[in-house]
Amino acid sequence: MNIVVLVKQVPDSGSERKLDSSDNTVARASADNVINEMDEYAIEEALTVKESQGGEVTVLTVGPGSATDAIRKALSMGADKAVHVTDDAVHGSCAVQTSAVIAAALQQLEYDLVLCGAESTDGQVSVMPALLSERLGIPHLSGARKLTVEGTTVRVERQTDGGYWMLESSLPAIVSTWDTINEPRYPSFKGIMAAKKKPVETKSLADLGVDPASVGLATATSRVLDFAGRPPKGEGVKVADEGDGAEKLVGYLAAQKLV
Amino acid sequence: MPVRRLVPTQEAADLLELTRDLARSELAPRVVQAEASETFPREVFRTLGRAGLLGLPYDESVGGGGQPYEVYLQVLEEIAAVWASVGVGVSVHGLSCFGLATVGTPEQQRWLPEMLAGELLGAYCLSEPHAGSDPAAMRTRAVRDGDEYVLTGEKAWTTHGGQADFYKVMARTSDHRSRGISCFLVPGDAPGLSADPAEHKMGLTGSTTATMRFEGVRIPAERRLGEEGQGLPIALAGLDAGRLGIAAVATGLAQGALDDAVAYAKERETFGKPIIDHQGLGFLLADMAAAVETSRAMTLHAARLKDAGLPYGQQASIAKLVATDNAMKVTTDAVQVLGGFGYTRDFPVERYMREAKVMQIFEGTNQIQRLVISRALATGVTGATTVLGAPQPALVS
Repeated sequence: MNIVVLVKQVPDSGSERKLDSSDNTVARASADNVINEMDEYAIEEALTVKESQGGEVTVLTVGPGSATDAIRKALSMGADKAVHVTDDAVHGSCAVQTSAVIAAALQQLEYDLVLCGAESTDGQVSVMPALLSERLGIPHLSGARKLTVEGTTVRVERQTDGGYWMLESSLPAIVSTWDTINEPRYPSFKGIMAAKKKPVETKSLADLGVDPASVGLATATSRVLDFAGRPPKGEGVKVADEGDGAEKLVGYLAAQKLV
Repeated sequence: MPVRRLVPTQEAADLLELTRDLARSELAPRVVQAEASETFPREVFRTLGRAGLLGLPYDESVGGGGQPYEVYLQVLEEIAAVWASVGVGVSVHGLSCFGLATVGTPEQQRWLPEMLAGELLGAYCLSEPHAGSDPAAMRTRAVRDGDEYVLTGEKAWTTHGGQADFYKVMARTSDHRSRGISCFLVPGDAPGLSADPAEHKMGLTGSTTATMRFEGVRIPAERRLGEEGQGLPIALAGLDAGRLGIAAVATGLAQGALDDAVAYAKERETFGKPIIDHQGLGFLLADMAAAVETSRAMTLHAARLKDAGLPYGQQASIAKLVATDNAMKVTTDAVQVLGGFGYTRDFPVERYMREAKVMQIFEGTNQIQRLVISRALATGVTGATTVLGAPQPALVS
């Protein structure tokens, strides 16, 4: 069972995040960059499947040089090797373009299962697994809260607001995971030391056979035109309780469509 | 903890990030409840152990992390900044393995991997109710009986007393005051070994401290570390390393107090502006920051001497003295910054202050540290020593 986990380095959602005012792309150089939180659940799931079924876990990332930090974290958790696609031409790519790059990289790998987080905390476009499924011609099982593999079949519980769906497909397939699926392990110091010796292959667009002109901000299918900071918090609403406090509260919540 | 650090390797930087992760996600959510209810967080030590944080300064060949003290102490500091009791516990555990690692025979060192693997927790027994600063006055005896020793006596102030899986124990094998003491490694489940009810302490209430009773505890003779009579030098050598551990813990505690005080002073307003912008308070915070950085610098300086294989006992004592006195001052001032709120148990700074106090007392009182320092001044060689360490690219963590 060979598993490829898609990993993305993103600005820490707990710190102040910015867009670069020159081209409205995510300011990565100045940010406190971390592994996308949701990806840690995908890595954990891959390691769990590997522990019961054997095989190898490969981490695949597209990103600038600094993305090696995210790769190292994944390797120290226990992944076996990594592929780092890095090329200046990728800067500013939209999801559609990026999916072409990732698909090209996946085609150079052997995989039975591709796992990824259901969303990244920076772009939150959340379409990557669907795009890859289309490009690779493999089934896409999205939003998993539970995953089991038996022979060449993968079964998934897809989390929904009201419950869950049972999904099943043949392998190879791509599955995106929510944070309800497991509890990611911490790396251990032994894992950190072992990660130093694990192979990390760096690939350019040329290595993947992707035309640099087909990616990047200039030909992106979507781009950020303008942005503004979050408006300052308004004054809260005060409800005076004149015997009907609960009613007023419920009325407010209902008006805001919160209940 | 927003501290700018220089560490020698990428793995040290990753290790510190792992430590901060663990501190934030595993320690921080538990500290308040455990300290308030005086509960020893045994499971937290297992979590740290599984992550490999309980054997960092020991050689990889015996299951340790092979990290220099310079790195190990910064890990300890990050832990203590969130939970001082756990920082002390990690330091004590490390110290409980020190004798075996430094004087144990290769045959005895077969026990080390298990002790360093993280599932087990150690303690050490040196002080007695009447013999703290003067350990050579100890009375606990170990009497040879064939292939065994029989230990009888009591050991006071044992951190992890009753919780530990093994105890490093100093006991008298002859009447010679200083050369009549030997070192033993006693399993926690040895018949005749028991713990008194835990002490009710002013602080570090999440760390169990108890008197251990030895009532005819029989252990195989092979569990003696070093030669008969070598125990006190082993204990004192361990204390030098242990003092660095406490200096790092005190530095972390003070950093935690500073962070809380600064956060509060930026938010709290009086006379129309945040109190950090009032010079009186701003300068108080500045002095606190200067104290914390001073503690860290001294601690890491002593650590680097140790890592280079140079004598460092005097510097370890200075680090312990400076860092713990600074921690007392910084935590007291943190209470001042928070004013009336700081004096309540709804905020953690009064706890920091209670925790700092014992650091001036244990691992050699600060009066004993001054004794060590002044004796080194009286007897030490004069003249400068400069050692060139192998230059390494510094990494920021």
